[in-house]
Amino acid sequence: MYVAVKGGEAAITSAHELLAEARRGDPAEPELSLAQIGGQLTLAVDRVMTEGSVYDRELAALAIKQARGDLVEAVFLLRAYRTTLPRLVASLPLDTSAMLVRRRISAVFKDLPGGQVLGPTFDYTHRLLDFDLARPDGQRPPANEPEPPATTDDQPVAPMARVADILGREGLLQPETEADPCAEVGDITRDPLTYPAGRDVRLQSLARADEGFLLALGYSTQRGFGKNHPFAGEIRMGEVEVQIVPEELGFAVSIGSLTLTECEMVNQFKGGKSLPPQFTRGYGLSFGESERKAMSMALVDRALRCRELGESPGAPAQDEEFVLSHADSVEASGFVQHLKLPHYVDFQAELVMVRDMRRKFESRETSGEENGSERETALRG
Amino acid sequence: MMSVAPTIQPGFARPVHDSQAVFRTLLAALSRPGRPLPLPVSPEPVAPLGPAMAALALTLLDLDTPLWLDAEPGGEAAAWLRFHCGCPLVSEPERAAFALVTRPADLPALDAFHLGEAAYPDRATTLVIQVPELARGDGALWQGPGVKDRELLRVTGLAPSFWAERAALQPLFPLGLDIFFVTDRLLAGCPRTTRVKEA
Amino acid sequence: MEASVRLRCEADLTGLAGYNFAYLDEQTKRMIRRALLKAVAIPGYQVPFASREMPLPYGWGTGGIQVTASIIGPEDTLKVIDQGADDTTNAVSIRRFFARTAGVATTEDTEAASIIQTRHRVPETRLREDQILVYQVPQPEPLRLMEPRESETRTMHALEEYGSMYVKLYEDVTRHGRIATAYSYPVRVEGRYVMSPSPIPKFDNPKLTKAPMLQLFGAGREKRIYAVPPYTEVRSLDFEDYPFSVEGWDEPCALCGATDTYLDEIVTDDHGGRMFVCSDSNHCARRRAAAGEEA
Repeated sequence: MYVAVKGGEAAITSAHELLAEARRGDPAEPELSLAQIGGQLTLAVDRVMTEGSVYDRELAALAIKQARGDLVEAVFLLRAYRTTLPRLVASLPLDTSAMLVRRRISAVFKDLPGGQVLGPTFDYTHRLLDFDLARPDGQRPPANEPEPPATTDDQPVAPMARVADILGREGLLQPETEADPCAEVGDITRDPLTYPAGRDVRLQSLARADEGFLLALGYSTQRGFGKNHPFAGEIRMGEVEVQIVPEELGFAVSIGSLTLTECEMVNQFKGGKSLPPQFTRGYGLSFGESERKAMSMALVDRALRCRELGESPGAPAQDEEFVLSHADSVEASGFVQHLKLPHYVDFQAELVMVRDMRRKFESRETSGEENGSERETALRG
Repeated sequence: MMSVAPTIQPGFARPVHDSQAVFRTLLAALSRPGRPLPLPVSPEPVAPLGPAMAALALTLLDLDTPLWLDAEPGGEAAAWLRFHCGCPLVSEPERAAFALVTRPADLPALDAFHLGEAAYPDRATTLVIQVPELARGDGALWQGPGVKDRELLRVTGLAPSFWAERAALQPLFPLGLDIFFVTDRLLAGCPRTTRVKEA
Repeated sequence: MEASVRLRCEADLTGLAGYNFAYLDEQTKRMIRRALLKAVAIPGYQVPFASREMPLPYGWGTGGIQVTASIIGPEDTLKVIDQGADDTTNAVSIRRFFARTAGVATTEDTEAASIIQTRHRVPETRLREDQILVYQVPQPEPLRLMEPRESETRTMHALEEYGSMYVKLYEDVTRHGRIATAYSYPVRVEGRYVMSPSPIPKFDNPKLTKAPMLQLFGAGREKRIYAVPPYTEVRSLDFEDYPFSVEGWDEPCALCGATDTYLDEIVTDDHGGRMFVCSDSNHCARRRAAAGEEA
């Protein structure tokens, strides 16, 4: 006789054990330490912090280790931890013009005050697998490098003016509307998104958005789906101080610094009914050195500003509801993967219906009779 | 006038479990209009707020709920609410997410409160009205969602025009006001869907 | 650096110390509780709420879990079902989550539960006034298939513009001679809001109307909460000449002999052999136990 399937409890426990084993890999190999992940897989940590919305390198490293290197899973782990943390205080707005810059490039000026600073970039590497890296540190041949230029120095460079401020002085760049200091800044972790969304919550959503999704959308604007002629006005990366004003002190104190990447896209704009010809902007900001993310975010931010600039929206990247409601990897990954859960009750309902409809269809075929579906049908309900 | 620094009355003894128990009572009361339920815990009253109203405030209010209060804004109750709930006090009823009413006879016109918006009727004010007595099995006839056949409930202390004013809002549904009536120990829900016919 | 993580781990992971009762922090619970009260006050209307990331993935019941976490207390007894059964893996996982974070009693017995969280079914056992049924909802918007935009569907609900829903059902009638929706069958609540009953088979729709228990619906990923209070009219949409009807089976449950329950089809071999058994495993077991006593 058939006995209903049991054993869900036991199956889950076994699955967790197998997962732990798979995570550890070959026990003959040394286990990864968080210091190794945090110190050597830095860009993975940066991405997990950015999309996880927590600036904490150790927790991000732990999440990556626990997730077996699956970054979307690691983002999820970090978010689920973050959601239980109290919100203690709102910091002062970060001043990225006071950034201690480690990388700063502008594609719109050949040279500018402070110069172009390449920093630790993949940009001009040849993407050739470096088989020397396959060997441990001590066994590698000495690198055959040219003499380092005398000026290069690992220390961050002193604060430098932002390109946007330089352009802005001439009035050529759309001014950022001065935020009303009394107005509350939206918070997508406390209030669900409603549409149309303000730029504050839009930028928050984009900052947490999946990098791959933003990359594809940003790319689509370059290929003509909502073309907005972007130039990389400036990309900068470095350390920015975080300040708060404690109620009891009444003046600002520094509570530490963050590594950030900021991208300001400058876009050609021919002017509108009430706007003179000028350059418009798109803005991107990410934790750590997540440069691809910051650039994609800036492209999409600009695309989503189409309405305020009087452009007619039509492309996917310009569609606020489409972009913002599908950008979050935690939401998307959960829902796509929930298809693995049993759906047999609903499927049974479909089976019964399809069988029944087929029976009717076949009996109609054999009797050759018209069915009366054309008659008037009255509403109810 | 002398001002003496007030000592603030305590809130819940066990905040997590007390607010859960009070919330379940609120949920049950709103789901079954016209059936008064006893509050499971009873914090010390802070005049003019009785224990039931104080329990409701501790359970539902915080910095995200602008509050309209008919007690004096400089008084003990306001200080207690600010301390325990951190809710901003507003003087315009239409900006309030919650309104605590301790003098029901002097209630402002009901349509002065926020009735919600067509797309977001949930943004309407929730009124909490403290009354002398809730007597079941007597008084007005209550019907609507949550009521099996009918409930009879008498609410004392309201202005004579109250039920007529409330009935005038009913054609505006889904806009409307949701009301909790409280005595010291009892609580009854009266959501916007409830039809109340006076005896 | 690892020392500090280790400290945090020790603080947090022994019996989930460092987390609040039922996982959610009190501010989040208050926000959800306020949303629940508004949902009860406006039956069938979807209240937006600031859904949190939960330690389970979106689409796996986070809405139901957040609702349960906001209402549950130490006195409660929780039952969790998926597809009608207590032993499906996701039901097990959610039940464990609450046993671990809230330390509440759990049960498989429908009658012993004060809160029942469900995915895709309404229990066959008639529920009581003192029970709450919490539904997990993947897509709360019944109009979403006709209109992908939230800004549009919200206006449609505001204006009570449900014509497109009837057009869709009517197209079914002209094409198939019947309404070809077998689950997530839309309903109208108290003659006002059109609501999704969640992906329950339409077999369960009649259990929603004028029911003694409070019914709460949570959609975590879509950030919506809605409710059907007790004794509230819930009508499945239909046409006068194509009235709503539910599916039936030609045979009874192979285990308990019930003829009035929803049946799962079990494939028993690869030559087309199959049998039908109750999807509500607790109901089926209780019927068998009762029959055993009589015999």
